[in-house]
Amino acid sequence: MARVIRADRLSKCYQVNHLEAMLPYRTLRDQLGHWAAWPWRWLTSRGEHAETFWALKDVSFEVGAGEVVGIIGRNGAGKSTLLKLLSRITRPTSGEARLRGRVGSLLEVGTGFHPELTGRDNIFLNGVLLGLRRREIVLRFPEIVAFAEMEQFIDTPVKRYSSGMYVRLAFAVAAHLRSEILIIDEVLAVGDAQFQEKCLGAMQQTASSGRTILFVSHNMASVQQLCGRALLLSRGRVVADGRPRDVVGLYFADVPRVSSVELRDWHDRTTNGQGRIVRLATTGTNGEAMGSTTVGGTLRFVITAEFAEAVNDPCFGVLVHTASGEPILDLRSRHDGLRLGRVQGPVTVDVTLDGLGLYPGDYLLSPWVSETLGQQEIDWVKYCCTLRVEPAPGPHGDLRLNPTWGKYWVPSRWGRVRAACDAGPQPDRAREP
Amino acid sequence: MVYIQRIPAGVRPDTGAAMTIDSRDQTEATRGDALFPPPADDPAEQANVPETVIRARCGWGVFDLLELWGYRELLFFLAWRDIKVRYQQTVLGLAWAALQPALMTVVFTLSVGRLARGDSDGSPYALFVNAGLLPWTFFAAVLSHAGGSVVDNERLITKVYFPRLLVPFAAAGPALIDFLVATTILGALMVGYSVPPGWGLLWLPAVMLLTALAALGVGAFLAALNVAYRDVRYVIPFLVQVWMFATPTIYLPPPHSLALPFRLNPMTGLVAFFRAAALGDDLPWGQFGYSAAAAVVVFAAGCYWFRRAEDSFADVI
Repeated sequence: MARVIRADRLSKCYQVNHLEAMLPYRTLRDQLGHWAAWPWRWLTSRGEHAETFWALKDVSFEVGAGEVVGIIGRNGAGKSTLLKLLSRITRPTSGEARLRGRVGSLLEVGTGFHPELTGRDNIFLNGVLLGLRRREIVLRFPEIVAFAEMEQFIDTPVKRYSSGMYVRLAFAVAAHLRSEILIIDEVLAVGDAQFQEKCLGAMQQTASSGRTILFVSHNMASVQQLCGRALLLSRGRVVADGRPRDVVGLYFADVPRVSSVELRDWHDRTTNGQGRIVRLATTGTNGEAMGSTTVGGTLRFVITAEFAEAVNDPCFGVLVHTASGEPILDLRSRHDGLRLGRVQGPVTVDVTLDGLGLYPGDYLLSPWVSETLGQQEIDWVKYCCTLRVEPAPGPHGDLRLNPTWGKYWVPSRWGRVRAACDAGPQPDRAREP
Repeated sequence: MVYIQRIPAGVRPDTGAAMTIDSRDQTEATRGDALFPPPADDPAEQANVPETVIRARCGWGVFDLLELWGYRELLFFLAWRDIKVRYQQTVLGLAWAALQPALMTVVFTLSVGRLARGDSDGSPYALFVNAGLLPWTFFAAVLSHAGGSVVDNERLITKVYFPRLLVPFAAAGPALIDFLVATTILGALMVGYSVPPGWGLLWLPAVMLLTALAALGVGAFLAALNVAYRDVRYVIPFLVQVWMFATPTIYLPPPHSLALPFRLNPMTGLVAFFRAAALGDDLPWGQFGYSAAAAVVVFAAGCYWFRRAEDSFADVI
């Protein structure tokens, strides 16, 4: 099959001006002053250069027709910049990319939706923005409306829609794009679980219809499910290219396996500035540092956060993921009854797990802190360290647990049922003493 | 760089089997209820698949008129969105468009016409002012809408590609509708003062086109500047006001009006020509020639500046 995307040493450089970064935007007045002061600056501060930042550096790859390629990497690795370059929103500083065929880029659900316009109007506006012809939209209009399940509300202004309806309508338009190349950025991250399921289904169907898809995601599970190939970006470069399973493995491979990890300057996080998680430590019950534990062992996490503002009764949590990024344990302080009251400055909490039943293997940890009950994230540090769970001799001898058989071991009581030939419902009488 | 394994194109990743899909079957199977329908299978269409080349801007950018033409539907929909949103949830709706120049006419007729005894070259002063304000209001509306348009459409600029010039161009849509509605007032005044229209009326579309070009040129320039420097937004109303008094809209051009500033202002000739054409006076061709040339130059220069700046919009906005 033919090659449809060819990127050749694509690079994008941004100028970083620390002073400017603090201002919301420049004003003409400042700029005029800046120009007026130019001779003075030229005389006094020669050799001082603006700092440059390469969001992408020499990225080259090729994609064949019909390939579904997942692009993964940490925050700031250059994924979004790459998509922006390929969808022509911004231009590269150097390098070149060639794309054969119509390109549809979905960097957002519902681009150009206007709240005052009706669903019908927005379908047309959004469709034309995404590159459909008016005639094509007219033809596909009934299908789009049916897919969104919106027949009754199609002439209601979008501002009266629920957020679920809004997303459904927007996705319905996107799902009817006819372009040969689709560039998709985390579209699946919005909407409820049911909607995400629908999107995944639609994407899978697309993948088998012979079209080329570039898909950026933080969700390693969906990358592995959808894509035939994955690219791993790190600091603006392609560091791995291959089967999703292997690339996802590499993505997590550089996660440190340490008993205590400093997180003050950790890059890959979602934060609202109210507070920051600064340390996560894994210890035994008596506080001894532990980088690993055993199946059925006891484990204690110690999380330290610093709150820049006073926060009412925050909720701490730790998310434990499998090595491929799927969340498997969800620990939340509020749900276990910890009330912290009004806090500010550094706060340390700990959580102890007795008889941790994770199967042997490596797990990833994401500590987070949120406002009461986990509604508003304050800080969420993604995949900051690896926890190893070692096989251990169980109470009944050394029995192996293979992580492909299951994920979590729950102590359970087993017995032999002895009564008349496996008759089911008399376990009590039949049980051995 | 770690290179794990490249899946050969055309091989299904899950089974390893080569993908051989009868294109006819696929079309049958996916027609109708399919999501993400496959691209057209027409071999003729396949042969000339458009190729997009993405690279750093080099040399002098020029207008890609063909590309703009390819996006004409988007231009229409952007303009139509602005028109629709503008009159949604307003009590008077389109009447606002007529009301504003009508009130301005009354104000100027009372103040300048009566009190200051402005000269109106023979025709009734109300008519004189209204015929001057009409093209001016159109010009001012296009200019100010276009000037803020790129920043107002920030979401679009950062999320989807299209020729950015469409954004200020679309801003002319609502202004054009307003203008058409406002002409009814002029018509009513002409009936009221029983001034018959002349054949010059036929020139009005050309005058309005040139007015739009001049406004779009300045508007595109300001729109691009506004992306980098947000205080441009506050300069625009001031600029429009000063420009209005520098243009003979509510007064007759002074006899020695061929002074350089008047001549360079494209609106001088366009307003005068519009007024003469609408009221059936002698058409001032000389002034019109200057102004038409100035309008075209302003348009080209504004768009050129815009094209030079547009690459950085998504990064700066």
